[in-house]
Amino acid sequence: MTDRALAVVRAGALTTVQDRGRPGHAHLGVPRSGALDPYAGALVNRLVGNDADAAVLETTLDGCAVRPRCAVTVAVGGAACPVTVDGRPVAWGAPVRVPAGAVLEAGPAVRGLRSYVAFAGGVAADPVLGSRSTDLLSGLGPAPLRDGTVLPLGPAPRAAAAPGAVPWPGPPRELVLHVRLGPRDDWFTRAALHTLATRAYRVSPASNRIGLRTEGPPLERAVAGELPSEGMVLGAVQVPPDGRPVVFLADHPTTGGYPVVAVVRERDLAAAAQAVPGTPVRFIPTR
Amino acid sequence: MRTLPVGDRALLVELGSGEETEAFHAELLRRRAAGRLPAVTEIVPAARTVLLDGVEDPGRLAALIAGWNVAPLHARVEPAVEIPVRYDGPDLEEVAALWGVTPREVARVHAATEFRVAFCGFAPGFGYLTGLPARYEVPRRATPRTSVPPGSVAMAGPYTGVYPRSSPGGWQLIGTTDAVLWDPAREPAALLAPGTRVRFVPRDVRGR
Repeated sequence: MTDRALAVVRAGALTTVQDRGRPGHAHLGVPRSGALDPYAGALVNRLVGNDADAAVLETTLDGCAVRPRCAVTVAVGGAACPVTVDGRPVAWGAPVRVPAGAVLEAGPAVRGLRSYVAFAGGVAADPVLGSRSTDLLSGLGPAPLRDGTVLPLGPAPRAAAAPGAVPWPGPPRELVLHVRLGPRDDWFTRAALHTLATRAYRVSPASNRIGLRTEGPPLERAVAGELPSEGMVLGAVQVPPDGRPVVFLADHPTTGGYPVVAVVRERDLAAAAQAVPGTPVRFIPTR
Repeated sequence: MRTLPVGDRALLVELGSGEETEAFHAELLRRRAAGRLPAVTEIVPAARTVLLDGVEDPGRLAALIAGWNVAPLHARVEPAVEIPVRYDGPDLEEVAALWGVTPREVARVHAATEFRVAFCGFAPGFGYLTGLPARYEVPRRATPRTSVPPGSVAMAGPYTGVYPRSSPGGWQLIGTTDAVLWDPAREPAALLAPGTRVRFVPRDVRGR
């Protein structure tokens, strides 16, 4: 029971390995991927003494449980959730020592959507194109966790686990997304741009790591016809034929053929990753 | 040519044609290789645009680009990538009917064409290949297939492509290849990158 690895006891609805992703390959059709809430990923890494690019686990809504085979320092952050070791409550958002063979559980999220679990040394799954991130669009990186999956851990870092409290932004009651209009805002009517700026949308349950889908008034196109495929960025607000804006998240396709009406400011996207279905969404355009 | 801002850290350069887009993309790569391009994280060519993402100052880069003299596209010196193909796809007859020729003639024309990877996308390793004259454009299938086998050589609009892995798809399937389009364990992982020249080399349906 001394090898540096962990076994998955309860994989949860969707738990993936994530680091800072694999930028630089979009021209080959490879999505950037990476932790959807990069601030939470970086904070839990810091709490256990890891570099910011160490791989962590990203859960979705109902957490996960793992059994490390060696004693290891862990930290659970991101979406707030009960954290237990062999059933006994321990701190959330702080380093916790887990004995070899004990079960660490991140419970269902009570606020927010995605919790992050860091292990001292990081999850050492095989990197693909320089990243250990699971990319759900193209299937690169480690497969989503299943019960019984065994993942290796890296060597314990020399840095001591960071003590003390760190500030955690709460999940949004209302998701406010600052957007810059374009590049294809001229494909939409003036009325549609007014709708985007003034009407309330909601986070759709069909959202995933590829995109945050919204429910709300459709945006009417001024230009009919097809847009030749063009490169897509993180935060692009793409408008498919049904007119409901989709905000591209980390696993977004690298090119797309629907017009992008606006692009969300990058620092607003961590909140988008933590917004549960039904959360009100407001777009605030700037020129 | 015009440039459109994309958020705070990217720029979309829109060009007049596919050829201009490929020439502009080649110019970007030349300038980057020579250290004469401000740092960018991604250069993503597409049908009529090139996206520059991860740019510190998109406004400054746009002004810089406006002053460029873009060299016309010329043939590359490196040899074309050869992709062995069996022209045995389930839509070969339909493509032949659309062209008004025999299936054998479709194979002959396709194999005699020198293609170029205009851009990649859809899936890692999937290249959009141009090179066929406009009269050979074919529409997508009215109903996409739920599963296209890996290695399918396919056509849609002005493009030819090879499916790197099994996926849904609406392109017309004209053939099959054993070439591995994408292998993350290989360097480079992608057989085809933007700008790569490609030739399809017919193989007998029975094997060689």
